[in-house]
Amino acid sequence: MHKTRDVALTVAIFCASVLLGELIVRALEVPTYILPAPSKVAIALWRGFASGLYQKHLFHTLTETLLGFLLGSALGLLLGAAVALNRYVEYFFYPYIVMFQSVPKVALAPLIVVWFGLGMKSQVLNAALVACFPLIVNTIAGLKSADEDRVNLMRSLTASRTQIFWMLRLPSALPFIMAGFEVAMIFALIGAIVAEFVGSQAGLGMLIQSMNFNMDVAGQFSVLLMLSILGLLLNRCILLIRRRVLFWDPSVKQQIEQERVVL
Amino acid sequence: MVHTSNQIWQKIASAEDGPTGITRDAIAVRELSKGYPSRDGCCVQAIQQTTFSVKEGEFVAVVGPSGCGKSTLLKILAGLLPPSKGEAFLRGTPINGPRHDIGVVFQSPVLLPWRSILENVLLPVDVQRLAGDRHRKVALELLNLVGLQEFAQRYPWELSGGMQQRAAIARALIHDPPMLLMDEPFGALDAMTREQMNLELQRIWLERKKTVLFITHSIPEAVFLSDRVLVMSSRPGRITDAVTVDIPHPRRLEAMNLPEFCAIVSSIRGQFHAKGVLDA
Repeated sequence: MHKTRDVALTVAIFCASVLLGELIVRALEVPTYILPAPSKVAIALWRGFASGLYQKHLFHTLTETLLGFLLGSALGLLLGAAVALNRYVEYFFYPYIVMFQSVPKVALAPLIVVWFGLGMKSQVLNAALVACFPLIVNTIAGLKSADEDRVNLMRSLTASRTQIFWMLRLPSALPFIMAGFEVAMIFALIGAIVAEFVGSQAGLGMLIQSMNFNMDVAGQFSVLLMLSILGLLLNRCILLIRRRVLFWDPSVKQQIEQERVVL
Repeated sequence: MVHTSNQIWQKIASAEDGPTGITRDAIAVRELSKGYPSRDGCCVQAIQQTTFSVKEGEFVAVVGPSGCGKSTLLKILAGLLPPSKGEAFLRGTPINGPRHDIGVVFQSPVLLPWRSILENVLLPVDVQRLAGDRHRKVALELLNLVGLQEFAQRYPWELSGGMQQRAAIARALIHDPPMLLMDEPFGALDAMTREQMNLELQRIWLERKKTVLFITHSIPEAVFLSDRVLVMSSRPGRITDAVTVDIPHPRRLEAMNLPEFCAIVSSIRGQFHAKGVLDA
């Protein structure tokens, strides 16, 4: 009952805002090269997909983003675990990690392109570098968050350090790590697009730039629309995984409980 | 109620304690002291020169005001803290770290939320790499013993505080340790649940014949459950008296109304009054 109402409301709000945009752009006679009407964006979107152009570039960017996410996450988890578990690593190497992360990745992207060329390698690497930092920070915070009483319980059961890590510290860190994944996925997308801007043979970022040279503003808007939808879908994927993995976490329990009430 | 130290020694040590007594006792503590470094560098004595022993199969309660070092004592016996001075033995061997022949129940249930109740009870089995199939059966029996048989597949947050603590007791028993160390296990429960848990603990103890060291700040709880009550004073924490409770087990809640029960409770309370711990 409530669900159908919510869906209807969502669709209604979307249609109303698109219609409003169309009316404003037409009424004020805004030129297409400044702000294209929603209808023009829709046409550009349809043409892009009809010619197969968008699919190709979308797939390219999606592949970069996912590979960058996986690589960056693995790197972030490893570095985070090393810093959290070993105080020497923390003392001697963590400052460099932070210094490296303070460098804007946009400033690093040209170097990466020089080193690794215009191919996918550069974009994946840039995406990974941008994605890894939130995971480093969250993994460190998570692994240090294990409850003292639980550590004492494990110790009293004669658990080794390795056992305490796998059976207690890592599960305790999962809420933090999942939050890190959420940020890292979006960061990977941004990192991939930035690398494409700097130099690439394919991808949605490259498409935006070439459209910009051709003054195809409606086309740019259609690509931006695709990018934001892509970001939303990737984020939803992470949230779905989070729900399955963290079924025991208070935040997820609360969410599931609320949905039960709404339904 | 003034004792010479010799009299106390005789009362605290178990009856057949002799030169070889250490090997026969389940728990033996000799001249144990524990200090913590305080902020100004000086040492805070949590436990000072404490001596006592617990016989195999005996139920001994330690009662004392909060902050008297009861929990420190339990952590030393569980092998979680090294003592500063003195010796502690479990079944004749000195304590130098956590070991398999004890089960510990803490103040809070400390269940892992990502494990079901059954998996929580099996945690010691996983840690100590014991045979899984056999212990699964044992775990279900133990859940039956503590009245949680229908909750094996549930998760800790779906259970009430009392039920969670019962699961924690089942977990402490899963590897069949001869000794149980309990640190105010029912302190967080409401009065009625607490009495219920006392009865169940007594039943489990009579059924399983474990040696139990039970720490509490409730004098009636200590007297109701135990064969012997060790009275602990604070600052510095030390055992000042041992009171034998000569009421036969199993005891029913009505035992709390017996004149001998009330006499023991009021004599212990009197000792705390005399030290100014409780208001008169």
